[in-house]
Amino acid sequence: MVYREAGIYHATYAQDARLFPIPADRVGVVLLLGAAVAVAPLLGEYWLRGILIPFLVYGLAALGLNLVTGYAGLLSLGQAAFMAVGAYTAAILYGRYGVPVPLSLLASGLMGALVGAVAGAPSLRIKGLYLAVATLCAQFLITWTIQRVPWISGGVYATLNIPPVRLGPWVLDSPAEQYYLALGAVVLLTVFALNLVRTRVGRAWQAIREQDVSAAVIGVSLLRYKLLAFAASSFYAGVAGALVVFSWYGAANIEEFNLLNSIRILGMVVIGGMGSVLGSFLGAGFVTLLPIFVSVVLHAAAKAAGGAVTSDMVANLEHILFGALIVFFLAVEPLGLAHLWKRLKDRLRLWPFPYY
Amino acid sequence: MCRWGRLFVVVCALGALVAALPAGAAPGKVLKIALHVYRTGPFAPGGSGIAGGLEDYFALTNVKGGVEGYRIEWEECEFAYDTARGVECYERHKANMPFVIPLSTGLTYALLERSERDQIPLLTMGYGRSDATDGRTFPWIFFGPAANYWSQAASWIRYLAAREGGEGNLRGKKLALLHLDIPYGREPIPMFQRLAARFGFEFRNFPLPMPGIEQSAAWVDIARRYQADYVFQWNWGASCTVPFTEMSKVGFSVERFLGVWWCGSEEDVRPAGKLAVGYVAANFHGAGRNYPVIREILEKVHGAGRGNIETARVGTVFYNRGVIHGIVLVEAMRNALRQYGPPLTGKKMRDALEALEITEARTRELGAWRFVPPFKHTPDYHGGISGMFVQRWDGTEWKVLPGYWNPYEELVWQVVREQAAEYRRQRGR
Repeated sequence: MVYREAGIYHATYAQDARLFPIPADRVGVVLLLGAAVAVAPLLGEYWLRGILIPFLVYGLAALGLNLVTGYAGLLSLGQAAFMAVGAYTAAILYGRYGVPVPLSLLASGLMGALVGAVAGAPSLRIKGLYLAVATLCAQFLITWTIQRVPWISGGVYATLNIPPVRLGPWVLDSPAEQYYLALGAVVLLTVFALNLVRTRVGRAWQAIREQDVSAAVIGVSLLRYKLLAFAASSFYAGVAGALVVFSWYGAANIEEFNLLNSIRILGMVVIGGMGSVLGSFLGAGFVTLLPIFVSVVLHAAAKAAGGAVTSDMVANLEHILFGALIVFFLAVEPLGLAHLWKRLKDRLRLWPFPYY
Repeated sequence: MCRWGRLFVVVCALGALVAALPAGAAPGKVLKIALHVYRTGPFAPGGSGIAGGLEDYFALTNVKGGVEGYRIEWEECEFAYDTARGVECYERHKANMPFVIPLSTGLTYALLERSERDQIPLLTMGYGRSDATDGRTFPWIFFGPAANYWSQAASWIRYLAAREGGEGNLRGKKLALLHLDIPYGREPIPMFQRLAARFGFEFRNFPLPMPGIEQSAAWVDIARRYQADYVFQWNWGASCTVPFTEMSKVGFSVERFLGVWWCGSEEDVRPAGKLAVGYVAANFHGAGRNYPVIREILEKVHGAGRGNIETARVGTVFYNRGVIHGIVLVEAMRNALRQYGPPLTGKKMRDALEALEITEARTRELGAWRFVPPFKHTPDYHGGISGMFVQRWDGTEWKVLPGYWNPYEELVWQVVREQAAEYRRQRGR
């Protein structure tokens, strides 16, 4: 009734090619964006610093990984290391040389893209799990290098702290300001990604994903587009890493970019939906926020139950329940949360008068 | 789909209902405290022991009338040694956090700036950033009676010198450091290097990629190629246990194997069985149950069925580490309440920690003589330059060896000052 295509006519190519051809979608996106901007002053510090900023940062990293893994079909296990490249680039440029924040963000992305393109070179010869192992190697090499080059790591702690974050006349230190910085970067890059996957580049990636030999036969340059996929993916990771420094931790610390985080980001992409921009964010939300929700609920339940439940039982239950939820959602929808959303939309188109 | 969807809605609704249940207000004067703990995850053996000991000591304090009449009511936030979750816990509970015990190097770094901004002190007893000893640069971090890693490294050399019959005998010896390849494991390296230059021993480090379970190549290198005289391990969790089997394969004697105090609990050596007998590890507090304070906990807390951990683990090293955290914190909370009055805030807690002194006489009163080493914080010195006990595993329990090994203080101070200056430079101060 509200969400429908009937009666919507596209008279020009521009209308037909817009990002959201259905008016209800456009309204929805504008409302969502408006809400994202408007809620910041209303939500407390906890919601911004504890929930939304991590969600945005991980969402951006997952979106990047989705470009290379979901769209181009190249498995990568090095996303956290590319984030580290971005984080240290940002901390060095801003902290040591006073490069303005927007430029530092851009440079972090570019540095990530450069390293990512090099790390993605093996993808020209190998595929699938073998490629995953090759990118695993990148994960270890990058963290190894950062720790061992004192100029990058800043010494034995391999942690770079930064001075207060200044953007022109403002000092970004309130939760809302840090949130807006992250939100701005994420919105810009998400719009870019939404468009990118519909361009020649995005279609070339999808052709490679489906069958790279056929793609090569129809004239897609594997060299160019595979490396481009890695570069784009690591660009996103680099910016996400820089946001870790500017908006979240306030420091670049090598321990936060370990293999576990790379796997976690891959998990976001799988749960959220391969080859879907929306799915990246749904997956990031699922992996970062759901455990918190489970934990809060369980603790409240344990409190209500009095002393009957020991705290180590609660701690273990959290993991069991979260694992069960992952299995549940993947069983309901193996193609990811984004596909669940798509099915819901299909249903909404007919609601409330289905004709089957 | 529809059925699943409905089930999902029901589950969510139930969850929301449970979350909305009233927490139940407790009568009387209460100190609400939220704690970071990890009873799950890769380092659960250490995390659960420390949480159990800390909470048991809080329970004992409550039995004995609380802190200045305030009952401690604690709440756990489980973060499984995951920094992101730890930061989330911090943001969720910081209103109820007059102090934070991060129990993780990564979380310490991540909270460094936040805790300063929110005015909440961090107590990083026996870990964290060594340069935080400099109280003027790091006003919100404290070490209590525990040494920082540089002090520990220096104390080890003093111990080895005594064992070898004098500092002169260290010349020409080959020392190896087997460590996790993360900032925690790399932290003692500069101190060992400086000491090597001073005393003329050889030093090499053998990094293990996280999580440090695969060590056979490193041990072949250490024992056959480098032919080390002594090996230190700077590991954590399962990586502390792996060396015992590996060294027996390459024929390295366990008597010449020494461990950081995060590799010195029952959980680390029991799985190795006989192979670990004779292993020596550091500690900054007493081991075992033979202290009045531990016996009191057994009697009044576990005896009353109110223990926060299995009774069998009471008196283990990690458990005792939790108790010593409890002792230091309760002393500081008491001083803060006495001097500045309620409510207990992070700022008051910081001031109390900065002025905290636990004398030898006080440790006797607390039933913790030779359990807690006496110490004193000052505005310039936030702890960390202190010595260590050395304990030996005899196959059934840790025996604390005689002696308390002090570091080479001036050297540690020198490195602390240098790194603190570097930190100030990074922060643009």
